[in-house]
Amino acid sequence: MPHQQIKFYQAGSFVAGNRLLPPEERSVQARMDRSNSLTSGHRACQGCGEALGARYVLDAAMRATEGKLIAANATGCLEVFSTPYPESSWRLPWIHSLFGNAPAVGTGVAAALRAKGREDVRVIAQGGDGGTVDIGFACLSGLFERGDDVLYVCYDNEAYMNTGVQRSGATPPAARTSTTKPVGPEPGNAFGQGKNVPLIAMAHEIPYVATATVAELRDLEYKVERAMEIRGPRYIHVFVPCPFGWGSASRDTIRLARLVKETGLFPVFEAVNGEVVGVSKIRRPVPVEEYLKLQRRYAHLFGDDPRDDVIARLQELADRNIRRFGLLTDAPESAGLPGHAGDAADAPPAGVEGESNLMRMLAETHRGAQ
Amino acid sequence: MLKQEEGSQAVAHAVAMCRPEVICAYPISPQTHIVEGLSDRVRRGDLSPCEFVSVESEFAAMSVAIGASAAGARAYTATASQGLLYMAEALYNASGLGLPIVMTVANRAIGAPINIWNDHSDSMSQRDSGWIQLYAESNQEALDLHVQAFKLAEELSLPVMVCVDGFILTHAFERVDLPAQEQVDAFLPAFEPRQMLDPADPVTIGAMVGPEAYFEVKYLMHAKQLDALDRIPRIASEFEEAFGRSSGGLVRGYRTEDAETIVVALGSVLGTIEDVVDELREQGVKIGALGIKCFRPYPLDEVRAALARAGRVIVLEKAWAIGVGGIVGQNVRLALSGLPVSVHDVIAGLGGRPITKRSLRALFADALADRLGPLSFLDLKRDVVERELERQTAGGRPGPHAENILKELGVVAARSH
Amino acid sequence: MRIHGRGGQGVVTAAELLSVAAFNEGRHAQAFPSFGSERTGAPVVSFCRIDDRPIRAHEPISEPDALIVQDPTLLHQVDLFGGLRSDGFVLINTSRSLADLGIAEFFEGHHSERVLRVPATDIAREHLGRPLPNAVLLGGFAAMTRAVSLDAVAGAIRERFPGALGDRNVNAARNAFEYVDA
Repeated sequence: MPHQQIKFYQAGSFVAGNRLLPPEERSVQARMDRSNSLTSGHRACQGCGEALGARYVLDAAMRATEGKLIAANATGCLEVFSTPYPESSWRLPWIHSLFGNAPAVGTGVAAALRAKGREDVRVIAQGGDGGTVDIGFACLSGLFERGDDVLYVCYDNEAYMNTGVQRSGATPPAARTSTTKPVGPEPGNAFGQGKNVPLIAMAHEIPYVATATVAELRDLEYKVERAMEIRGPRYIHVFVPCPFGWGSASRDTIRLARLVKETGLFPVFEAVNGEVVGVSKIRRPVPVEEYLKLQRRYAHLFGDDPRDDVIARLQELADRNIRRFGLLTDAPESAGLPGHAGDAADAPPAGVEGESNLMRMLAETHRGAQ
Repeated sequence: MLKQEEGSQAVAHAVAMCRPEVICAYPISPQTHIVEGLSDRVRRGDLSPCEFVSVESEFAAMSVAIGASAAGARAYTATASQGLLYMAEALYNASGLGLPIVMTVANRAIGAPINIWNDHSDSMSQRDSGWIQLYAESNQEALDLHVQAFKLAEELSLPVMVCVDGFILTHAFERVDLPAQEQVDAFLPAFEPRQMLDPADPVTIGAMVGPEAYFEVKYLMHAKQLDALDRIPRIASEFEEAFGRSSGGLVRGYRTEDAETIVVALGSVLGTIEDVVDELREQGVKIGALGIKCFRPYPLDEVRAALARAGRVIVLEKAWAIGVGGIVGQNVRLALSGLPVSVHDVIAGLGGRPITKRSLRALFADALADRLGPLSFLDLKRDVVERELERQTAGGRPGPHAENILKELGVVAARSH
Repeated sequence: MRIHGRGGQGVVTAAELLSVAAFNEGRHAQAFPSFGSERTGAPVVSFCRIDDRPIRAHEPISEPDALIVQDPTLLHQVDLFGGLRSDGFVLINTSRSLADLGIAEFFEGHHSERVLRVPATDIAREHLGRPLPNAVLLGGFAAMTRAVSLDAVAGAIRERFPGALGDRNVNAARNAFEYVDA
């Protein structure tokens, strides 16, 4: 027996047991030949979820394309901290043009490659939530509907961090930002606003849509690799905590990313051709308070004048996600989910505890079942 | 090959012969016929390899062109008016990144009030965007300038805007001499980018540049534009040698040798001006015309040399800096500083108002009789403007200008003539 | 020359075809529309200049040597005859008399042999099965002005409309040529 069967308690990440796995099952990050696409020395904050997410995404995509990858980047933290002229942390061909046009620049690169017969070279476009759900949204929708061969990755830290934590269309209800301060009768960001770009992406019926967090890095790698097996527009929405903007401890980045999924506030799922084909189940249900209280952006909900009413509304949102996406292991399959494929949802690619096989293997099984 | 053809089709012909690899387009009048012609060629396979991308906005059109050009493809798009403004942010980005994109601007007015007809408000608004701006005076020149534009753009690594008067040229059937593909291939070598996105040699394009280097990067853009002042005439003469006709260049004088009065203009109105110049020459009037073919970079020395001996310069322009005066006029004055030449800005042809020989005759007669001030407005309906101003002065709620004026003119919808 | 008609009647195409006909005879020509955003049925104007020298001017034609009126219902809506000299050519698509059209007075003092009528819509119906008078009128125009030959007009029509459609239009134009010539 070449290796030892082990149990992975660090759900999703599998990092703990990496060394004990045979080389082909190790994560991209654990391999000696990882590309280090976003290499060290950049100027991201300590505990930056976006830097971590981008490194995993790009290394996985580089591995999937055997290094034949070009990246287009929107303006934002990721762009600023990685390329303070004359330095650059990028070890792949990379272009930054504007805040709102990364999808279109990606389209242009892909069109050039097709014209040149270089379809072996693949394109990734990426941006933060502001560049994706707000200012770059029209270009993103255009990319989706035209069917351009670009993987777009949104690193969602739920506000405009680069400019000083202003509200974006991805800022959650009740969260404090510089433009949604906890003053007035309704503290923090309003309820009933914002948009769910993964669902909007699914409505475009593009071949692949997935959400992920930086707590489940093997799942993120798997989703990137899966996306790179497909041609056409693909969208991955990665939840990336921001210690600076959220007022959280740098050490809590992974913890928060795990909790957001475990509360149900951020459903982690995969959708193919507009149908959900897999969800990452909640392993240990937690109330939203556990997630909220670690972040100063929600501090106004606790303390001397606690807002249990607001917390209850946030819990309702989490509960709705749990129902809608069938996030609990014993939950019946959801009927109300947009584009939900009930018969294909039984093979969650991530968050499976106590199994020795890897997500990629699960995915193989899953693909085989389609 | 001589052909009687629509201006837009002539431009589409020229662009196709330049073998662009990526064409992106968003529809806006009066540019549409050009990209329609190109779309046909791509779909039929006549223009191959080429990707035709229908984008969701002009902002995306320029952004796709940026991505394509950065990835080493010859990229082309076309726009006009609001579309040019909508891509303004990306225009500066393309020039700042030094990407040799070629774009046709089918010149059209800017709203409000919305107006689809010709003037130069659109391209003039982007004169300082770092793009080279060439202005065509005929369909033949529009065609020729595109062939020259790709060469110029790629030699300099700078984007070039070819400005073609909307409708007046784009929709006019005129005789054009279409070059043969072999001629264009011989003139325009394959695009070899200075740097490109290539996994074999990864580069970072578009880094954040702070106070320590931004100035220098921008200065280099300026230096490249100045370099263009040498290259543009050289490319024009190479073109003449290869194709047997003169097109483009920086400026072109018409009967300016002994002219005491010179009319300066850009674009299709030059032909009309030249007809009137001929009439006046027959009457013994020493008048000439100067076409500015390249407005950015601005050929200061050439303008100065061409106008230095004229006592009077009339700058007829289809755009103006509202609250100031002529835009071309300011630049002409800059070229003539220190010289005893009186410069008269004349704003004309806005929103498609025809610039007729009759009006030009009257205008030049005024100028020759020293009745022309430093800034005037050709065929402006003074009475209408004054009544509207009175209405405002009288107080109350004046209402929207455009609607009041149309009511005044007794028209229900704007007509072209 | 200037052509008046309505959106959908091929007013712009007529001017373009005329310019191609002149070009095919080795002359310089320029055709352009009235640059509108007009829709079907709205008044439309197009222009064509023909010359032996290169045409440099780019202004609308305010003083035409010849006019084609494709739709006589425009007579009281649009200043059709604006800038027309007393010896200018006028070709009106109608089967009615000038008096019936209510414009007889306008042409008092005008060279009457230069104001001609041709039932182009009827001819078009007969040949094309559709009331599309533009190519028909070009045949009449050739007969009236001799500015271009009927053969050149026929060539321009066939270039634009290959096959049977072109043939039918050419026959209709010839019919109008003969009508005006007679």
